Amino acid sequence: MVRYIIRRLLQAIPLLFIISIMIFILLQSSGDPLATMGGRRTTRPEDRARLSRIMGLDQPIYLQYVYWLIGNDWVQIDVDNDGTPDTYGQRKGVLRGDFGNSLVNRGKTALELINERLPNTLVLMIPAEIIILFFSLVVGIYSALRQYSLTDQLITTGSFIGFSMPIFFVALASMYIFAVNFRKWGLPYLPTVGMFDPKVGKTFGQVATHMILPIFSMSLVSISGYSRFVRSQMLEVISQDYIRTAYAKGLSERMVLIGHALKNAAIPFVTLVGIDIPFLLGGAVITETIFGWPGMGRLFIDHLTRYDTPVVMGILMLISLAVVICQLLTDIVYGWLDPRIRYN
Amino acid sequence: MGALLEVKNLKVQFNTLEGVVQAVNGVSFIVEKGKTLGIVGESGCGKSVTVLSVMRLIAEPPGKISSGEVLFEGKDLLKIDKIHMQNIRGQEIAMVFQDPMTSLNPVLTIGKQISEAIIVHQHVSNEEAFKQTVNLLELVGIPQAEARYNDFPHQFSGGMRQRVMIAMGLSCNPSLLIADEPTTSLDVTIQAQIVELTKSLQSKFGMSVIWITHDLGVIAEIADRVIVMYAGYIVEEADVFSIFENPVHPYTLSLLKSLPRVDSRRYERLAIIPGSPPDCIHMPAGCPFMVRCGFAIERCGVENPLLEIVEDDHKAACWVDVKNGRAE
Repeated sequence: MVRYIIRRLLQAIPLLFIISIMIFILLQSSGDPLATMGGRRTTRPEDRARLSRIMGLDQPIYLQYVYWLIGNDWVQIDVDNDGTPDTYGQRKGVLRGDFGNSLVNRGKTALELINERLPNTLVLMIPAEIIILFFSLVVGIYSALRQYSLTDQLITTGSFIGFSMPIFFVALASMYIFAVNFRKWGLPYLPTVGMFDPKVGKTFGQVATHMILPIFSMSLVSISGYSRFVRSQMLEVISQDYIRTAYAKGLSERMVLIGHALKNAAIPFVTLVGIDIPFLLGGAVITETIFGWPGMGRLFIDHLTRYDTPVVMGILMLISLAVVICQLLTDIVYGWLDPRIRYN
Repeated sequence: MGALLEVKNLKVQFNTLEGVVQAVNGVSFIVEKGKTLGIVGESGCGKSVTVLSVMRLIAEPPGKISSGEVLFEGKDLLKIDKIHMQNIRGQEIAMVFQDPMTSLNPVLTIGKQISEAIIVHQHVSNEEAFKQTVNLLELVGIPQAEARYNDFPHQFSGGMRQRVMIAMGLSCNPSLLIADEPTTSLDVTIQAQIVELTKSLQSKFGMSVIWITHDLGVIAEIADRVIVMYAGYIVEEADVFSIFENPVHPYTLSLLKSLPRVDSRRYERLAIIPGSPPDCIHMPAGCPFMVRCGFAIERCGVENPLLEIVEDDHKAACWVDVKNGRAE
């Protein structure tokens, strides 16, 4: 088992290299970070040239990647372009833990920006994922057991509608109902944007009430999809011969479900969840944008649109690493759920 | 000895998209204490549905037990509540299923799968259940039983898995063991072992057995009485000697003819029964076997014969006296 884990982690190293090369080339080819740097004024051509020499943007793309990876403190840079090198580079490179400085948010490193945002995103996404998993399982299993009953039909119809609605619609509709109209009707209403009311401060109660609507919107859509999946998995499992055997032994319905069916039905569900969890780190771009949540999703989209390669690379590499680790964890959970899977 | 199980006029149907499937059409039989009842018939004749109805393991919907009584020690199992039925399943009536490959849960150890029934019905501690399970595994002939307690089904061969199923069935010392084609998916030598094992366990514990099969050879080995089923009807019922020596129904006769024999000539082809069983959604008006029957007369197409006593304890459902070649 330990050997298996070590082998998988070693295999991940070349994989992460390839991923980083591909993302880097795509990002560096997609736009010019200097274009928006002057704010409303146009940057003077000589300033642009100087900036691009400082940032290494004048170098060929493979060199830029090398600088990103191992830094450029061993290279002399000719900042004023007079033929004599003036200074050494400042970057240490990713391999030495330096993801570079943000090009947009001057004076901050990419890692500082990510560190600011990651806790906000996790505060929102972890409870959301727990709620989603719990209710998908409950709703899916219930509806499988009462297949074609009225409740099942209602759940199926409801989840079909929920799954078909785009998240931005759900988000805006929930705001309209629970914030705008509830206030109009004199009912207790929910806040719409941000993490807390600046007048009150970042208290637990504030953050919790601000979380309700974003979590509600994300859960509604995800539970609709997941519960359908759980339902069909459960239906497949409860029609198996070994479930009949379990009933023939005189076990109660609850024992059959929890002791015999769930472990079998969980295997494909674990796959799905294992694919989803790493993306929790990336935040929910649309939800965070609509609800003004200062999380990773907004950081990503703000910096991507301004071609801030160091920050975007940082976020994407973080997610890639999380994907690799989660896939490994998924495989380990498989082995625990299904004894037929061996790791040698 | 008295009757342990008495099934009266059992009718089971399934509602499907194509129509209502009449799977079991008024089946009655008795299982005596300590005796073995064999049920024979080809695939889809209602053998399994009959015994699953006894256990109330028919999924409703789509299935439905539309009429009948299942008297087990005098109680009608079709009328008692769910909890009561759960206590009977596994404890009073146990079942061994056809395919040991799919009938065991692949993700649980066999020890767990056997001991959970013991814990549920006998309310014993885990240690006691473990001991009993190991004893059962030894009883059904699994070597190194204690070491194999924590093994999973895929680590066993087919025959061993069926032994595990039997151990599971015996775990609470039931008075009736229902074996639904337990040897069908096993090769012949293993089949013989399983039959021998069941017989020896039966004489040890004095339980009754219902043994379902389409293999008449196995029936000859194990059964005291035999029921022959066709299209959801019992077409012949007799003790095992009469069935083999003195079959009355044309279907039984054809079944026996299609049995390979050790003393037959080498290049002789086995007899086959032409055609296929009737569609149980659109049942013919008369005898369901008529179209495949060599003895059919006009009356067979109009009226379905009832199961009637032919002699002593021998019943058959046929208008024709097959032996003497004339209509009754």
